[in-house]
Amino acid sequence: MPAPPETQRVVLDAGDIQRALTRISHEILERNKGADDLVLLGIPSRGVPLARRIAERIAAVEGYDVPVGSLDVTMYRDDLRMKPARALLPTEIPPEGIDDRTVVLVDDVLFSGRTIRAALDALNDIGRPKAVRLAVLVDRGHRELPIRADFVGKNLPTSLVERVKVTLADVDDADAVTIQTTGQEVPA
Amino acid sequence: MKRHLLSAADLSRADAELILSTAAELRELADRPIKKLPALRGRTVVNLFFEDSTRTRISFEAAAKRLSADVINFAAKGSSLSKGESLKDTALTLEAMGADAVVVRHGASGAPHRLAHSGWVRSSVVNGGDGTHEHPTQALLDAFTMSRHLGQGQARSLDGRRIVIVGDVLHSRVARSNALLLHTLGAEVTLVAPPTLLPVGVGTWPVEVSYDLDAALPKADAVMMLRVQRERMHGGFFPTAREYSRRYGLDGKRMATLQDHTIVMHPGPMVRGMEITADVADSDRSVIVEQVTNGVAVRMAVLYLLLGGSTPAVGGEE
Repeated sequence: MPAPPETQRVVLDAGDIQRALTRISHEILERNKGADDLVLLGIPSRGVPLARRIAERIAAVEGYDVPVGSLDVTMYRDDLRMKPARALLPTEIPPEGIDDRTVVLVDDVLFSGRTIRAALDALNDIGRPKAVRLAVLVDRGHRELPIRADFVGKNLPTSLVERVKVTLADVDDADAVTIQTTGQEVPA
Repeated sequence: MKRHLLSAADLSRADAELILSTAAELRELADRPIKKLPALRGRTVVNLFFEDSTRTRISFEAAAKRLSADVINFAAKGSSLSKGESLKDTALTLEAMGADAVVVRHGASGAPHRLAHSGWVRSSVVNGGDGTHEHPTQALLDAFTMSRHLGQGQARSLDGRRIVIVGDVLHSRVARSNALLLHTLGAEVTLVAPPTLLPVGVGTWPVEVSYDLDAALPKADAVMMLRVQRERMHGGFFPTAREYSRRYGLDGKRMATLQDHTIVMHPGPMVRGMEITADVADSDRSVIVEQVTNGVAVRMAVLYLLLGGSTPAVGGEE
């Protein structure tokens, strides 16, 4: 099969990502009225470095180290049985736990909402937070579940044949959000 | 397409490392208030045990339940097997009940292979120990325990680590599976046993063989003691239990010749005073209890990777 024509354009560069994360950090603090009782949980793989960066900014503003962890949702996915069994990614819950704390889930792209649904189920098995909020770098629309983000870096209206790709210096070469146009619909 | 875990030899290095890294994540579950994941909800795992077993059956049962699978325990005693029903008829019954995986332990070497390849059942077959042949999940949990203590680098690799396996190799399915798996993972395995307790053809295994325990111990990174399987012995393999213990048993004096980081393992059940003395079994070096804990995580990883997705991620092809 001939490869469909692909185009690629950068929608957020490194500076845009830095500013978006700084704004999100301030919004989290404003909404939470400070950093007390906050726990940031990144969804692997790219949600985790984003959560760490937000924690660094909160520490710089409030002088308080917010606990950061990661939450793998693989086993809670609704499409687990549709694909070959997948390797698990790390789940690290901070020693403080999540009971009676405000958990902020952090992910790179919000699309169908199914990952977040799985994350809410996963949280349910770990403890009972006071509240759960959602921070994402990019909201690309096309929700399939009644889920919305509380803190959004950039709203990015996309078509279903486009793929949103987030690269971060921590795991990839450099910070960037790009949109690739593929010839076919991308699965949510 | 069907896939099974029948032999440690079925696992490539990538397969084995995927199981071990998955087990490492699942190990953390033991520290959480709710020790349950929904990955195998609605799937049925049958424990088909023709031979007595405590830890393997309980371990598989706990692993399947923690993944939310339904578990049916099927022990030979108290079933129609004691009335003369064949393996085939039992298998057809299980098939009719819709088992997704069958964990089988059998006194006859090759019974799991027969079950997997006969066309009697469509489910995945996991070898829970067959005769004197193999016990792949025990080897996986041993390798997992070793990598937690001895593993180097990010991947906790066992490359170049020296593992000494001591005792009744002839009757031990654990020794065979361990030798195969540890070789796959890059470790160097030495078997130490009296000549009468080494199997025919041990020369073709990817291991070194020695008759001298005292010479092998100072170089070891892990020492695995095997139980002398009296119930499988019909004839004289060594003069007396006392002589066996003196030449091949691990006591405090021998333990003192080990390197500081060396761990002592035993697949259980132990015969204290025979292959291992009580002070060694209860010492700081002993990871015997930890092996049991790790067994649940490793078996969860195996069940998840075989049953969790649309197709298995590891294991031998049909």
